[in-house]
Amino acid sequence: MSIDTAPSAGATALDATSNVGTRRDMLRRLMMTVGPILVALVLAGCILLVVGVDPLAYYGYVLEKGLLSPLGIQQTLTRMAPLLFLAAGLIVAFRAGMWNLGGDGQFLLGAVTAAASAPFFVEIMPAWLALFCAFLAATLVAMIWSLVPALLRAYQGVNEIITTLMMTFLGTSLANVLVKLVFRDPGTTVPQTRTLPVEDRLPRLFDTTITSGLVLGLAAIIIVHLVMTRTAFGLKLRVVGANPRAAVHAGLGVPGLTIAVFAISAGLAGLAGAVDIIGVQGNVRADWNPAYGLAVIPAVFLARMNGFAAIGFVFLLSVLSIGGESAARRLGVPNHFTLVLVSIVLIVLALAEYVDHRYNQSRKA
Amino acid sequence: MSNTTPSPVGDIVALEGVTKRFPGIVANDSIDLSIRPGEVHVLLGENGAGKSTLIGMLSGLQQPDEGRILVDGKPTPITSPRQALALGIGTVFQHMMLVPTLTVAENLLLGGPWWQRPRTEELEARVAEISKSLGIVVKLHARVSELSLGEQQQVEIVRAMVRNSRLLILDESTSMLTPQGIEELGALMRRLVEQGLAIVFITHKLKEAAAFGDRISVLKLGRKVGEIPPERFRALGEQEIISEIVELMFGKRKDDPEAAERPLGSVRAEAAPLLQVADLEVAATENAPGLSAISFDIRPGEILGIAGIDGNGQKQLAEALAGQRAATGGSVRLAGAAIETLSVSERSRLGLRYLTDDRLGEGTVGTFPVSINFFLKQVGAAPFWRNGVEQRTEIDRRAGELVREYDVRTPSLKTPVARLSGGNIQKVLLARELAEGAKVVIFNKPTYGLDLANTLASRQRIGDAAQRGLAVLLISTDLEELLSICNRIAVMANGSLVGTVANAEDARTRVGRLMIGLAA
Amino acid sequence: MTGLLSEVFLSALLFGAVTAAIPLLLAGLGEQMSEKAGVLNIGIEGMMLAGAYLGFVGAFYSGSLWLGFLTGVAGGMAVALVMALLCVRIGLNQIVIGIALTLGLEGLTALLHHFQFSRSYPRLPAPNPTVIPTLADIPVIGPAFFKHHLIVYLAVALVFAMRYLYRRTQLGLNLQAAGDKPAALDVAGIDVVKTRTIAVLSTGALAGLGGAYLANVGAGLFIPFITNGAGFLGIVLAMLARGRPVWVLFGALLFGVCLSLTTAMQVAGINIPTDVIQMLPFLAVMIMLVLFGRRASLPAALGIPYERGAR
Repeated sequence: MSIDTAPSAGATALDATSNVGTRRDMLRRLMMTVGPILVALVLAGCILLVVGVDPLAYYGYVLEKGLLSPLGIQQTLTRMAPLLFLAAGLIVAFRAGMWNLGGDGQFLLGAVTAAASAPFFVEIMPAWLALFCAFLAATLVAMIWSLVPALLRAYQGVNEIITTLMMTFLGTSLANVLVKLVFRDPGTTVPQTRTLPVEDRLPRLFDTTITSGLVLGLAAIIIVHLVMTRTAFGLKLRVVGANPRAAVHAGLGVPGLTIAVFAISAGLAGLAGAVDIIGVQGNVRADWNPAYGLAVIPAVFLARMNGFAAIGFVFLLSVLSIGGESAARRLGVPNHFTLVLVSIVLIVLALAEYVDHRYNQSRKA
Repeated sequence: MSNTTPSPVGDIVALEGVTKRFPGIVANDSIDLSIRPGEVHVLLGENGAGKSTLIGMLSGLQQPDEGRILVDGKPTPITSPRQALALGIGTVFQHMMLVPTLTVAENLLLGGPWWQRPRTEELEARVAEISKSLGIVVKLHARVSELSLGEQQQVEIVRAMVRNSRLLILDESTSMLTPQGIEELGALMRRLVEQGLAIVFITHKLKEAAAFGDRISVLKLGRKVGEIPPERFRALGEQEIISEIVELMFGKRKDDPEAAERPLGSVRAEAAPLLQVADLEVAATENAPGLSAISFDIRPGEILGIAGIDGNGQKQLAEALAGQRAATGGSVRLAGAAIETLSVSERSRLGLRYLTDDRLGEGTVGTFPVSINFFLKQVGAAPFWRNGVEQRTEIDRRAGELVREYDVRTPSLKTPVARLSGGNIQKVLLARELAEGAKVVIFNKPTYGLDLANTLASRQRIGDAAQRGLAVLLISTDLEELLSICNRIAVMANGSLVGTVANAEDARTRVGRLMIGLAA
Repeated sequence: MTGLLSEVFLSALLFGAVTAAIPLLLAGLGEQMSEKAGVLNIGIEGMMLAGAYLGFVGAFYSGSLWLGFLTGVAGGMAVALVMALLCVRIGLNQIVIGIALTLGLEGLTALLHHFQFSRSYPRLPAPNPTVIPTLADIPVIGPAFFKHHLIVYLAVALVFAMRYLYRRTQLGLNLQAAGDKPAALDVAGIDVVKTRTIAVLSTGALAGLGGAYLANVGAGLFIPFITNGAGFLGIVLAMLARGRPVWVLFGALLFGVCLSLTTAMQVAGINIPTDVIQMLPFLAVMIMLVLFGRRASLPAALGIPYERGAR
C-alpha cells in the first residue's frame, strides 16, 4: 500500500547512484545517455543548416580538430585539467544539496593567487615546493572566499544561490582589481601578472604538450567520487543533501558539514584556477574570465553527479570547445555554437529521463 | 457485495463499480456507494483500505479506471477539482488545504475568476450568515498560520459552505481534535445534514462512526465489505453497531481489538529514575509554541504517556529532549548525568533515542536504501565503517538481521525506503531506535497513520522495550493508546504539563477533564 | 575633483543610473513573479538575451523602437514558453533547465548575430526622449529623471501596477498560493500549472522587454553576451525583495547608480579601475545579507514542480 509514500517523479533523480546498478542497468544508462546526445547533435545540426552551414562538415571538422588530430587531442586533454577540478568541486556541493553557483569567482581568485605567488615562491625555494605552496595558497584563498556564503547558509539559512552568485560577481571584479592594482607586472604595458617561466610550470606528460595537471584533475575527481560514495563523510554529506531535516534528526552537525562542503567545493575551484595558470597560462591577464564554472555545471548534471561519468562529459565538453574554437577560425561558425549544443544535449537528456521514468511507471501499472 | 441495492433516485452522488489501480495495487475494486442528502455517510476502514483514493476521485484529483460516478442520477466524470466544486462537492482534506501566508478571507476567496477583484464585502456577508447558522466564529482577517488546527478545519468547512456545496467530504477530520472538539464537530455535522446537506465522513475510529453516522460503509483492502443502512443503524445500539463493524472489518473477533488492554508492566518504585527532567524551558518560535516548567521522572520499565491536543508543544518537548531544539532553561538527566548541553549524537550515544512522528520528513532519507537507513544515526561507527570507509558486507549482514527480526517487508535491502508502506518504514525506525544501547526512548505518535495490525505490533514493541527495563516516554494524541499501555499519563496544554494521573480505573475521565482545561 | 560635483555631471550620472537600472528592474520584477508562483527561473538571463537580440533585430529592420520592444517581448516569451513546458508542465529540474536555456541563448544569439551582421555592429538611431513638462526644468533632477524614453516611465509605473496586482487582485492571490501551497490552490479549483505558466510567461515578457531596452535604448546596438549577468542580478534583486515590487525598484536603482558611476568616473578621467566601483553594489547587498539575512524567507514550494496528489 504505498500510494501515500511513493516518491514524486521529480525528487528521485538526484541521488540515483546510491544504489549500485547491475550491468544491465549500466548498459541501459549508457543508451539513455548516448541516444539523447545523438538526437541533440541532429537538432543542433538543423540549426547549422538554417544558418547555411553543412552540419556534417562542421561536426567532422570539430571531431578532427578536437579529437583525431594529434595536436587537437593534446589541447583537449590539457583543457580538461581545470574542468575536472571544477567538476569535482561541483559534485561535492550538488550531492550535499548546495547550489554553489560561484565557481567562476572562486576559480579566478585561485588563478590570481597562483599567478601572484608562484613566481615569488620559485625564487626562494625548490620548484616542486614552490608550486605546491602556490597550489595551497590558491586553495586557501578560494576557501576563504566561500566562507561568507557558507556561514550565511549554515547559521542564517540564507539561500546560497543568491550569495554565491553575488560572490562570483564580486570575485570576478576583485580578481581584476588585484591584477590591475596589486600584482601587476611593471614590465608589461597590458595589465597582467608576472609570467611564470615555462620551465617552472607543471611538467608536460612525456613528449606531448599535455599538462600533468590532467593527472591531478583525474585523481581529484576520482578521489571525490570515492569519498562521496564509499565513506562515512560522503554519506553524511549525501544525507544533508537528500534530506537536511533527517540530517539534523540523525545528529549530524549540519552547520559544520555545510562549511566543509563550501570549503571543499571552493577549494577545488581554486585549484582549478591554479592548475590552469601554473600548468598552462603562466599569468593572468586583466579581464580574463573563461567562465569554465558555468560551463561545467551542465556536464556535472549530465553525469548525474557521478565522478566517472563526469570525466566522460568533461572530455566531451573539451572536444567540443577545442574543436569549436578551430572551427570558428576555419568555417566561420563562432565557437558559441558549442554553448547551443551543450544546451540542447542538456534539455534532450532531461526529457529522455522524464520519458523513461514515465514509461517505467506505466509499464508497472 | 453490499446490503442494499443502490437506487439512483434521491442520491446526490452514486458510485457504480468504481475501480482504481496504482502501480502494484488495486486501490479501489468495483465499489458501489450511494450518498444522499440529509445523511452522514461514514466511510470506515484502515489505512490502505482505499478511503483516500475514493475521496480523490470524488474531489476530482483522480479518475476511476473503471466504473462510473453518477451525479443527480446522470453519469458525470469528475475531471478536476474545479468541476467537483461546480458540482457542489466540497472536501475538507486530512492535510489542511489552506495557504498559511494568506488571511482566512483571502483563502476563502481563492478560486474566483482571475480577472476579477476579490469580492470581500460579499464574502463577509456570506460568512457571517453561514457562521451564524452553524454557531461558529470565523476570524476572517487572521493569517491562517496563526490559527489552531481546529480553527483551520472550521475555516475549511465554512469554505465548502460558501461555495454552496451540497456534499461535504470530511477526511479523517477528527485526528487533530480534542475529545471536546470531536463532539463539537459531531454536532456541527448534525446541523449541516439537518440543513439538507449530504456528508461523507471518513474515519478509522469505530466509536466515531457509531456516534455520528446515519449510514456506514466499511472498506477493506480496496473493497467495500459491507454497509449498514440508516434503518438498521437506528435499530441497533452503539455496542451492537461496533461489534457488527468489527466483524465486517476483521472477521471473527467480536470485541474492539484496541480495547484489549495489555497487562501493565510492573515498575520497581525503588529504582532510581532513568530520565529526570526539571523545569525545562524552550522559547516559542514563529510557528511553534514554547515550553515552560516541564518536570517529570521516568523509572526503568516505566511508560509515561503525554496526552494532549496536537500542537501543544509535544513535538517541541521531544525535540528538546533529543537535543534537536535548544532549551532555554532547566535540566535533563539521563541515569543521573546531566545531558542538557550535549548534542543530538552525544545524547544518542548515551542511550537516549527519539523515534520521530515524521517518518519520511526527518526519520529517513527516502531515496536511500533500507539498509543505510538503519544506520543513519551511527554513520561512521564501527563495525559498519572502518577508518571512515563503508563496510558494505557488514552493513548488509546486520541490516538483514534487523529486517528479519523486526519483520520489515521490503523487496530488498537496496530498495529506497520511501517505497515501503508506512508500517514498514515505522519498523525500520523501531529497529534503529531500539537497537543495542538504548536506555530512554521517546516515541512521538508511534502509531499515527498505521493500520491496525501495525499499530498493535508497534505497541507490542513499545511494551517489550519497557519490559526490558528501558524508560519510555510515549507521546500520543490517541487516548486509547495511552490508556492501553502507559503506567502514568501526563497531559500537555500550551507548552506545559497541566497534570499527571496514574493509569487507574478513572484515568480516562481524569485525563479527559485535564485535556479540556478542568482540574482532574 | 570639481568636475564631480558639477550639475551637468551629476545629472548625467543620475540619468545613466536610471538607464542602467531599467533592465535590472524589469528582470527583477519578472523573476519576482516566477518566484512568487514557486518557479525558480534561472533561465532569465537567456530570456533577456533573446529579448535583446530580437528586440534589436525588430527595431533595426522596422525602424520603429516600439516594434523592437514588441519583438523583444515576443523573444523573451518564446524562451519562457520552453521553460514553462519543461519545468512547469512536465516538472523537470528548474536549475538544470534554467542553466541550459541561459547557455543556449547565449550561444544562439551570438550565432545568429554573427550570421546576420557578421562582424559589424550597426547602431540604432538615438531614441527620442519624452520630456515631462515643467518637471524636466528642475535643475539636476529634471534632466536626470524626466527626459527619458517613454518606456522608462512605463517601467516605473509597472512597479506600482505589480504591487496592486499582488495585493488587490484574484490573480495575485492565486500566484502567492501557487508558491506557498500549490495543493490548496488546486483544490480551490484553480489550475496550478496554468497559474505558474502565466507567471513564467510574464517573466519572459518582462525579461524580454528588459533585454530589448538594454540593446535598443541603453546601448543602441546588439553585441553577443550584452546582458552580462543582468538576468542573474534580477534573480538576486527578486530574492532580496521577497515579493515586494517597490524593493526591486530601490535595489535596481542602487545597482544602476554604481554602474553609472563606473562610466562617469572613466569620463571624468579618475584613475580607479571600474572594477572597484562595480563591486560596490554587491558589497552593499552582501553586507545587508550578513546583517539581516535571517529574515530572508522564500516561498515554501519554490523550485518544486507541482504534481497532483503527491506530497
